[in-house]
Amino acid sequence: MSALPLSSASPAILTVRALNFFYGDFHSLKDLSVDIASHQVTAFIGPSGCGKSTLLRTFNRMYDLYPGQRAEGEIRFHGENLLDKQQDVNLLRARIGMVFQKPTPFPMTIYENIAFGVRLYESLSRPEMDERVEWALRKAALWSETCDKLQQSGLALSGGQQQRLCIARTIAVKPEIVLFDEPTSALDPLSTAKIEDLIDELKSEYSIAIVTHNMQQAARISDFTAFMYLGEIVEYGATNQMFIKPQKKQTEDYITGRFG
Amino acid sequence: MNLYSRRRWRNRCGIGLSMAAMAFGLLALTWIIWTLLSNGLSALRVELFVQDTPAPGSEGGLRNAIVGSLLIVGVSTLIATPIGILAGIYLAEFGSQSRLASVTRLVVDIMLSAPSIVIGLFVYALAVATVGSFSGWAGSLALALIAMPVVVRTTENMLRLVPGSLREAAFALGAPHWQVSLRVSLRAVRAGVLTGVLLAVARVTGETAPLLFTALNNQFFSLDLSQPMGNLPVVIYQFALSPYDSWVRLAWGGALLIALLVLTISIGARWLFKKS
Repeated sequence: MSALPLSSASPAILTVRALNFFYGDFHSLKDLSVDIASHQVTAFIGPSGCGKSTLLRTFNRMYDLYPGQRAEGEIRFHGENLLDKQQDVNLLRARIGMVFQKPTPFPMTIYENIAFGVRLYESLSRPEMDERVEWALRKAALWSETCDKLQQSGLALSGGQQQRLCIARTIAVKPEIVLFDEPTSALDPLSTAKIEDLIDELKSEYSIAIVTHNMQQAARISDFTAFMYLGEIVEYGATNQMFIKPQKKQTEDYITGRFG
Repeated sequence: MNLYSRRRWRNRCGIGLSMAAMAFGLLALTWIIWTLLSNGLSALRVELFVQDTPAPGSEGGLRNAIVGSLLIVGVSTLIATPIGILAGIYLAEFGSQSRLASVTRLVVDIMLSAPSIVIGLFVYALAVATVGSFSGWAGSLALALIAMPVVVRTTENMLRLVPGSLREAAFALGAPHWQVSLRVSLRAVRAGVLTGVLLAVARVTGETAPLLFTALNNQFFSLDLSQPMGNLPVVIYQFALSPYDSWVRLAWGGALLIALLVLTISIGARWLFKKS
């Protein structure tokens, strides 16, 4: 299954080649190749267990936390293979941020939630940090709701606000890529719409990869879509083409709801 | 008798039996507290807090024992808390697979159930026999050894309750493991860990046996931890068995004082845990 050519206007920021992933003995991703376009939104869709979250979690080496999980192959990021043993995983994760399915604010104030990640790699003065926190909250469309309660616990926010706080926290570190792992599946439609608008705005500054169960969502917000099944990429292409005229029967069946 | 009424009868029997068991337990408890109050309240006077333990037959207070107890327990808390919390973090966050961790866990289990008198004798051999003198430090050490496994256990159990998603979120920002453990995981369960520390303190406050072999006693006021030191449990033990009325009265007062202290700590711990 080779990656399909991307339009010349969008060079790849991540180049995945011959990626294999194992959960112990289980072969989860099979010889997978795909490009993630720079400053675009790339969506991964497919039935549960097809490996789309697994793929996303190789991009920031999240699987490293769990013994027994390993990846083989190549993921090129600025000319380096980020699967290399010598890669500084912490530094890599600061450059490739991730937002998860469930909102996970840290048990600290809203301000500290954002400052936490920034402090890991930068030493800012108090006013600079204030500025950064405000910048991140504005980016995440949360500033107007939180500007007067920065010292309150992040846990006191609503689910949708918490998820936007997590987005603010991730972009405050100024990564190049933001990975979204089903970011709206725990949220109500209104919050979902807000997050989708946000993702659309963020792509001017960040490259975005998103895993979603919601096909309408993929159609709405992504520029490119990859349909995955059983650890392989079945079809990959520009989103509007794929949803209007899929090349493969399997893709069409999934998109139209005939299987999955 | 039909099926339904038979079930009802059985149900009543069951409830009746468990009520009786509860009443029996409560009876013992209220009896103890009642005896403590009726004998100890009269001793709870200002002199109890401002005078030192008297010579046989004369009047006095428990100032030296109260201050000694607070010092010994305080120092033991300062020793046991950081070590216990760090060991708990190691067990929960770093060593879940390693052999060292499973050995540590076994040792902690053994220490949890070790009779306190054995720990007292151990510290006697370690820190009293070698130095040649009983001391407050040795008492603190013995109490710390009793409190530590409790702190280790609660910290580990609490940290295991931290959802994996929270830890992953911290790692995803590029945080190194120790920052994730200390600043995110531990922070998420700090009320629970603090509760564990408080319960450990409550537990060691009333320990007598380990202090008999270590801090011993001192009938004079002293803040010098390298000397034998007065403390409530040992004073109670000595005075309660004496033939002198004033001593026996003081022992009751001391017992009530410890009971109230432990009760306060326990209530504080519950309140703290509920709040989280």
